[in-house]
Parts: sequence; structure tokens; C-alpha cells
Amino acid sequence: MNLTLKVWRQKNSADKGGFETYQVSNISPDMSFLEMFDVLNEQLVNSDQDPIHFDHDCREGICGMCSLYINGKPHGPKDAITTCQLHMRSFSDGDTIVVEPWRAKAFPVVKDLVVDRTAFDRIIQAGGYVSINTGGVPDANEIPISKEVANEAMDAATCIGCGACVAACKNASAMLFVSAKVSQLAVLPQGQVERKSRVENMVATMDAEGFGACTNTGACEAVCPKEISITNIARMNREYFQAKISSKKI
Amino acid sequence: MKLNSKIPEGPIAEKWTKHKFNMKLVNPANKRKYDIIVVGSGLAGASAAASFAELGYNVKCFCFQDSPRRAHSIAAQGGINAAKNYQNDGDSVYRLFYDTIKGGDYRSREANVYRLAEVSSSIIDQCVAQGVPFAREYGGLLDNRSFGGAQVSRTFYARGQTGQQLLLGAYSALSRQVANGKVKMYTRTEMLDVVLIDDKARGIVARNLITGEIESHSAHAVVLATGGYGNVFFLSTNAMGSNCTAAWRAHKKGALFGNPCFTQIHPTCIPVSGDHQSKLTLMSESLRNDGRVWVPKVARPKLTAREATKIPNDERDYFLERKYPSFGNLVPRDVASRNAKMACDEGKGVGATGLAVFLDFADAIKRDGKEVIAAKYGNLFDMYEQITGDNPYEMPMMIYPAVHYTMGGLWVDYNLMTTIPGLYAIGEANFSDHGANRLGASALMQGLADGYFVIPYTIGDYLATMPYEKISTDHEAFKEVEANVKAKINQLLNIKGKRTVDDFHKALGKIMWEYCGMSRNEDGLKLAKGKIQELKKEFWQDVKVMGSQDELNMSLEKANRVADFIELGELMVDDALHRSESCGGHFREESQTPEGEAKRKDDEFSFVSAWEFKGEDQPELLQKEELAFENVKLTQRSYK
Amino acid sequence: MSWLTETLTSTPGRKVIMAATGIFLILFLAVHLTGNLQLLKDDNGESFNIYAEFMSTNPLIQFVSKGNFFFILLHVVVSVFLTRKNQQARPVAYKVPVKSGTSSLSSRNMGILGTVILVFLIIHLKGFWYEMHYGEIPYKNYDGHEARDLYAVVDAAYSQWYWVLIYVVSMLAVAFHLSHGFQSAFQTLGMSHVKYSPAIKLLGIAFSILVPAGFAVIPIVMFFN
Repeated sequence: MNLTLKVWRQKNSADKGGFETYQVSNISPDMSFLEMFDVLNEQLVNSDQDPIHFDHDCREGICGMCSLYINGKPHGPKDAITTCQLHMRSFSDGDTIVVEPWRAKAFPVVKDLVVDRTAFDRIIQAGGYVSINTGGVPDANEIPISKEVANEAMDAATCIGCGACVAACKNASAMLFVSAKVSQLAVLPQGQVERKSRVENMVATMDAEGFGACTNTGACEAVCPKEISITNIARMNREYFQAKISSKKI
Repeated sequence: MKLNSKIPEGPIAEKWTKHKFNMKLVNPANKRKYDIIVVGSGLAGASAAASFAELGYNVKCFCFQDSPRRAHSIAAQGGINAAKNYQNDGDSVYRLFYDTIKGGDYRSREANVYRLAEVSSSIIDQCVAQGVPFAREYGGLLDNRSFGGAQVSRTFYARGQTGQQLLLGAYSALSRQVANGKVKMYTRTEMLDVVLIDDKARGIVARNLITGEIESHSAHAVVLATGGYGNVFFLSTNAMGSNCTAAWRAHKKGALFGNPCFTQIHPTCIPVSGDHQSKLTLMSESLRNDGRVWVPKVARPKLTAREATKIPNDERDYFLERKYPSFGNLVPRDVASRNAKMACDEGKGVGATGLAVFLDFADAIKRDGKEVIAAKYGNLFDMYEQITGDNPYEMPMMIYPAVHYTMGGLWVDYNLMTTIPGLYAIGEANFSDHGANRLGASALMQGLADGYFVIPYTIGDYLATMPYEKISTDHEAFKEVEANVKAKINQLLNIKGKRTVDDFHKALGKIMWEYCGMSRNEDGLKLAKGKIQELKKEFWQDVKVMGSQDELNMSLEKANRVADFIELGELMVDDALHRSESCGGHFREESQTPEGEAKRKDDEFSFVSAWEFKGEDQPELLQKEELAFENVKLTQRSYK
Repeated sequence: MSWLTETLTSTPGRKVIMAATGIFLILFLAVHLTGNLQLLKDDNGESFNIYAEFMSTNPLIQFVSKGNFFFILLHVVVSVFLTRKNQQARPVAYKVPVKSGTSSLSSRNMGILGTVILVFLIIHLKGFWYEMHYGEIPYKNYDGHEARDLYAVVDAAYSQWYWVLIYVVSMLAVAFHLSHGFQSAFQTLGMSHVKYSPAIKLLGIAFSILVPAGFAVIPIVMFFN
């Protein structure tokens, strides 16, 4: 099939950037979206133009690196997959596809479609862990956890940190990402010791990074490639206020 | 150079304990005087960096991705082995040790493998304490499954995302140390060389991938946790960024490279669909529990899956069931892969490319019902349909083997130190524990064993002998390496040839897959060596790299990596050529049993091949580490 | 910053203020509608006028009413702060707006709906509440009860078609605002549960249809009477 691509090009973070239009032809429906980009990039290099920069790594939907906003939806038109899992059979011959980077103050553009998502790392550094050192831990089976709780924790823990939730939210809110980690550790017995300080610190960092507020539109949940539920956001709100009211930190 | 593996004396079960006691310690108050560089942030790198920081060392950790959480350990699906014997089915440290040695076709070091089995159970404890949500039984205790042909259930798992959960556990420990100020994280920064001062590793030179700046970092020891080199084949199940550059540049600085030709080809991957293919997707090995592998008895070129459903049973060849009546479709990875290749070589391959065999669930669905099959494999079936557009509930899947893991890597001694003092290699980056074939669910185990429970001890033994003084990055050795790195980058940018980097990479991949893939022979390997040398020459004359040095430039990054892949490819061919026996994933056509199975030559090849770099375009020198088997008896594997 | 201001100015904190005030206003709407429905009683405004007199003179009701105004103000002010923060969170807009399928229209336009409602509120308060408290409405005597004839003011207004139109359109805005706001408030307060959330959602939909419809019916009926 033949396609028209409108792609955001921006030389670096200081550059103003703008859209460029490209034509690609003979695209196989079996190609992944990123493979179509590979073809385009080979085409660009062969005609002495800079290839389009985009983040990608595992190309099997788990590393969370790929991050394209395609025709108005993070990770493209299909639900519950990442961009690298999107295949060209989801498009038709003659389509025009607009590709943009994630847009958020907390995710500044580095180059073309590459954005800086280190804000997520800083939020995890604020408390997304259990503070235990290597060794000296109890035997694994000394902490019984019901199947139900383990599943609930796992549902939240499948987050790949891609940032599609932020990209889709009209407020560029990171609540789904943060609440997934808070939830995972709030339901598990291992997370109880630092339960209060964790949520307090993670929310404070989230705010400081410049993400917006959650207005419960549910767009994050709708585009999440791992289908993480906004129930986690409700839980985080609960955790946050319980912590704020009862913790001894003034 | 004389190789010294430094295996401690004594009975195998006591070696590690005694060694831990005998090693020198660094006083807790002095640990803060030492700096350690960790390159890579996957399971091995993140766990090592976090553990060093907890002990009190100052750590600098590097990864080329935008976050340490992206490392390719994250893609491991199946699980992690540990000799917990929670299932009361007769597992033990000794059994895990034995299975791993045998699975590796007797080409790994006994003492290392025993230690791996010994610390395996602490890994599970550690991960659970971190909050890794492993699968549970109804009573709340941990669930296990059997995996990769093991006769006990010792595999711990978190749905089909065990690697992800373990990596996020290690990442959380690392993040905590970043917050504590004990680890300084350098993301989007790629190591391009190691710096030696007085023959010891004292730092690295790296490129900031965003600004292009060449940076030097000094330390008392350097740990490489940079993963495997499967992307030498261009197509593999590895991530697009996985590369050999750090390991290869260390090799060129004097670190010996162990068993480079030992690569694992995984049988159940989604076949290549065309020239545009950029990577291959693995489907869990568990599919072979219910799927039947077949090709038509008479060649049917370009047979589609939909047409295949109309082929009657007596016109199908269920070749694994026919050849291996007792193991059937469940033969080990290397055997299954080889037989699929043989069927395709005979012209019986299916699909548009003829490079695929069927994996059929029709009988299983008839027997157990669609719901039972969906409960077991639903997510895999969905993934398959997503990629290929075919519905595996209605028609057979097509599968073909793909490069998955490299058992070879930098040679290390028992302390995981390479032949360069102060330079360590852990995880897939080293050669140590899997011999000629890795068992399922053992890669995660090894990465975390090295990072959490081995190197935090052994590095102290080395650092205790080191002076506290830090070396400034103004030292001439750093300046010299920086200059070399810059020169190489400039050279790449100034060739301004006609062929793209990907074009060269694909050409290399084709040569490697054709001649150094699932089965290898002398003539082919010799031919491949010539082709690679030609390709290398052409690369340095005709590669086209766009952009400049001082910006985010992914084609430059790639060019740097492909240049190293080409050189490593040649060494892999040398190694495969030299090892004229078949063992594990290395199948030399000249060495097979009358039934066509891999035949080892224990009296000739019971050693680790460790290759020494002798200069650009010089033949590498082979050093041998003889393998002594004092605890297991060498036997020929048979799955008939 | 003390823990309290820190909590209340955090994004979840501000959202909780929105949710709590929102729920109060939802309750107010229910009470208000119950009273207003008396306008439809065929007694020439007697029960409505007595009710209105009671509401505007009873000290307790006056106290609650002050609270109500405060909550409306808080709801508005905090929403302004939130909207500003949310806009700052995405300084560069997308060329292609986020696909509509991912969220409901009303959830994406709460600010616009809220602004429409605020404008309506001002008109509404000026027309009736201000008249009742500070205007000159003649008294009527109902069996010894003195009550101002607010009914006549309302009746006069609702005989004009444009007043009816303003009311009906505004109630549409209220309906859409509620259709998201009702359930959203519970989500913000952390009340999400597999058992109860579906019921809350259902109640929210019913409320956001019935209550504004009730308010809208009054001017329409009075117009045609």
C-alpha cells in the first residue's frame, strides 16, 4: 500500500520544530508500524536526509520505549498494544497518517519523536520500592499472599512505563502510572512498612515534575497498552489521604 | 597468557562457602572510598549496582536506553529456576546443578554452575521481599511449573512476564540507591571503551547519546553487564539496541572472549514475513506441550495455514513425533530447531518464504475444548494473531527457529573477573554458566545470581588490594582513549559512502545465519570468514552515516555497533571452525551420530575456547581452559 | 508549607475539594428541586410562596445557604487553579486532538460546562434569589401566614420564551456536567469497588437525567399554562 506520512521533526529541544510530509510506497500489511518507519528512514538516508529519530527497543511490547502518537491516539488505533505491535494491516492504502511525539511539559522533546521520560524514573526514586537490602530477607514462603492479592498486585505491576497515559490525558496527568506502582505495593504485605511515606513522596514528586491533575476522563485507561485500570487511581487517592491524615510528618 | 580460573579447592558443595571466608574484606567505613562503574542496567547490572551501593561503594551505572527499566531482561517470559524444592518432588541444589551441566552439554565449569544452583533459592527470597508478584497457589504460597524439559517443578513465574517483574524489582532497588545518592545513573550514555592504567581497568569512555559528548569516568573497578550479542545475526529475539560494543571493545583491550560460537536458537518464533523484518518474536516454549509440529509429506510450496487445515492426516509428517517417539514435540530447543531447519532444507517448509513449519493445535482443541486451550495460551494466540493476522484457533500456527541467547561471552574466572584485572563481566555478557546450551528459565537465574549474590562478595576481594586514590580523568590514559574513540567516530562519519548501516547489518546477518547458524560445516565456515572480511572492508569504505557527532544520532550509534558486530562475527566463525565437534547449540555437520544427532568429542574438545585479540586484522590466539568434571559423568544426550 | 496546605494544594487534594463540594452541590440540587416542584401545584403559588418565605428567613437554612455559596465559590476557584495547572502540563498541543473514543465528551469539557452553569447561576440568582432577598416583592396572606409572592415573579419570567430557553439549555449543561461529575466525585474520593461502583455509576446517570429534567420541566409547563 501507499501512504502519506505527516511526521513531527525537531532537531533538538531548543528547535521549534514542525511537520514534514513523506510518501512511502509498497508497504506490506505484514510490516509493523516501526518497520514501516525503518523503510522510510532507509529511503531518507538514501536521499541524503536525516532519518527520523524515534524511541524503540524490544519491539515486542514490553520495554515501554516506543512512544508514537498516531492519528490522535498514543500507540495508534488499536487497543491494548504498543506502537511496535501495531501492524500496517490496521491501515488502508492511501491513508494519511499523522505522527507526533508525546506532548507534556514533563516529557520534553529531545529530537523528532523522542521525548525525555526521566520524570517517571524520578517518581519511582521517590518511593516506588521496598527498602530492603540484598540478603537477610525471610524465606519466600514465609510471606503467604492470597492468589487474589497477588493477582491484583500483578495487574498493577504490568505497567511498562511508556507514558501513553500521560500522552492521552487532556491534562497530561501521570496518575495512572503513579497509582499503578502505589497500588502494587499497597496491596502486598511487603509494602506495608513504608505505605504512608511512599504515597506521600511519590505524589509530591509527581506534582513537582509538572504533570496535570486527574479529572477522571478515563482516557489513560483506554489507551494503556497493558490495560491498567483507573481503579488504581481511586486507590491511590485513598492511600494518599489516609497517609496525609494519619502520618506523623508535619 | 596463562588462564587461571581460580576455582577454590575442596568438595564442590563447600567451594563457595570456603571461598567467601577466604576472600579479603573491605572495612565498611572504607567502602565509601571506592568507586565502581557498572555498565548495563538489566537484571545483572541493576542488581549489582544496587547491591554495591547498599554495601557502601559509590556506583556509577550506565545504560543506553532512556531508563534502566528498559533493559532487555524485561522481555523474558517463562520464569526463573530455583532449587527450593517447594513442590516436594525431589529437587535439590545438586539436581539443579546436574541438570544445568547436562543441559549445557558438558561445556560449562562445574564450580560456577554449582554456585549458581546454590544461590538460586536466595534470589527468590530477595525478589519476593522486594514485592515481585510471583504466581501463587490458593493457600498463598508460591506456585511453580515445570519448564524446559526439567523433570521437577522448580520454575517460579509471574504470568508470562517474569523477566519484567524481576527487572522492575532490581530497578526499584537501584532507584532507591539513586535516591540515596549512592548510585549516579547515566541514561542514554553508551560505553565505547575501557581505560586501562597499569594494566588494570580504571574507567570507561562513554558517549552521551543526546549531546554526543565523549565523557570519561574513572573508578576502581569496572563491571560489564551488557548482555548478549545475538544481534550479530541481525534478526534475533533481542531488542533492537542490544549490542556487543562494550564487551567487544573490552576484548580488544585484552579481555579474552569465551566460546563465541555458542548461540542458542529458539524453536518457537514467528517466521520472517519479508525483507522489512526488523526482529523476531519469541512464542513461549510451553506451546509445544499441546501443539503438534508438522510439514506436508510431499513438498507444497507456499502452503498457507488456511489451506493446511484441508490436508488429511496421512499426508502430514509429524517429524518430531516420528523421530523421537519418547520425547515427541518436547525435545530440547536445539533438537527441535535443527529438525525444523532440516524439514525446510528438504523443501517441505511452508508459508510464503518456505521457511516455516506448522504448530498445530487442532487436536488439542478437539481433545480439551477451545476454552481449556484459551486459558493456557490465550495471550500467546492473541499475540500471534496480532502479528500474523492468522487465528491459531482455526488454523495451525507457523513457526521457525530464531537466535535467542548467546552462551558465549567474555571469559571470566570464578570471581567473574575477566583477564583484565578490575574488569568484571556478569550476566549474559560473560560465558560462564550455560556451556553449549542454556536451559529454559536459567538466564534470569544467572543474571540475578551474579548481580545480587556473587559479585558483591568477589569485588571486595579485589578492591581490598587497591589503593584508595582516585585517578583523575585528566590522566593521559583517559585522554588517549578519548582521542581514539573520537577518531573512530569521525572516521565513520567521514566515509560518506553509499550503503546504509542497516544494509551492512542485514548482509552480516545473512552470512552468519547461513553459515554459522543452526548447523555449520567446515566449507561453509571458511566461506563465511572470507565473506565477512570482505564485508568489513566494504563497510569501512562505503558506509553512509548521516548527521553529526554532537547530537542525538541513532545511525551513528548503530554504525559503531555494527562495526563491532562484523568483527565479532568473524571470531564466531573462527571459533565454530575450530570446534569440529557438535555440542548443544553448536552443530557441526561433520560430527553427528548415525541417526543425525549432535556428537560431542569429549577427549578433544572438553575445554573452553578463550580467544585473545592480537591486533587489528591479526588472527586471534586460542587459549584453552580445560574443563574437569569431577562430579558428573559425561554421557551422550538421547531423546529417542 | 504545613502538611494541611500541602495536602490541599496537591493535585489529589485539589481534586478532593472539587469532589466534596460537588457532592454537597448535588445534594443541594436534590433539595432545591423538591421545593421547586411546588411551582407546578395548582394553588396559584400558595405552597411555593410559603416554602420560599421559610427558606429565605429560617436562620438554619440561612446558615446552610451561606455554606452553599461558599462551596460554589470554592468549586469555581479551585477549578480555575486546576485548569491552569492542567493547561500548563501540556504547553504544546497536539495537531490531531486525542481521539474521542477514549473518553466521554462531558468528561473532557467539564470546564466549559461549568462556565455555562456559572453564567446561568448569576442570571438565575439575580432574577430570583436577589429579588427575594433585596427586591420589593409584595406580601400575600395565606391563612395568617405572611409570604412574599415570589410565584408571581417566577410566573412572569416563565411566560417569556427566552427565559424558558435559557433554563432548558442550562439544564442540559447541568445534566452533562453531572453525568461525569457525579461518578467522578466518588472516584476521586477513592470510592471504587467492584461491588458498589456500578451502582454509583447507575445512580449518577439516573440523577443527571432526572434532576435537570425536573428543573427543565417547570418553566416549560408554566410557559404553556
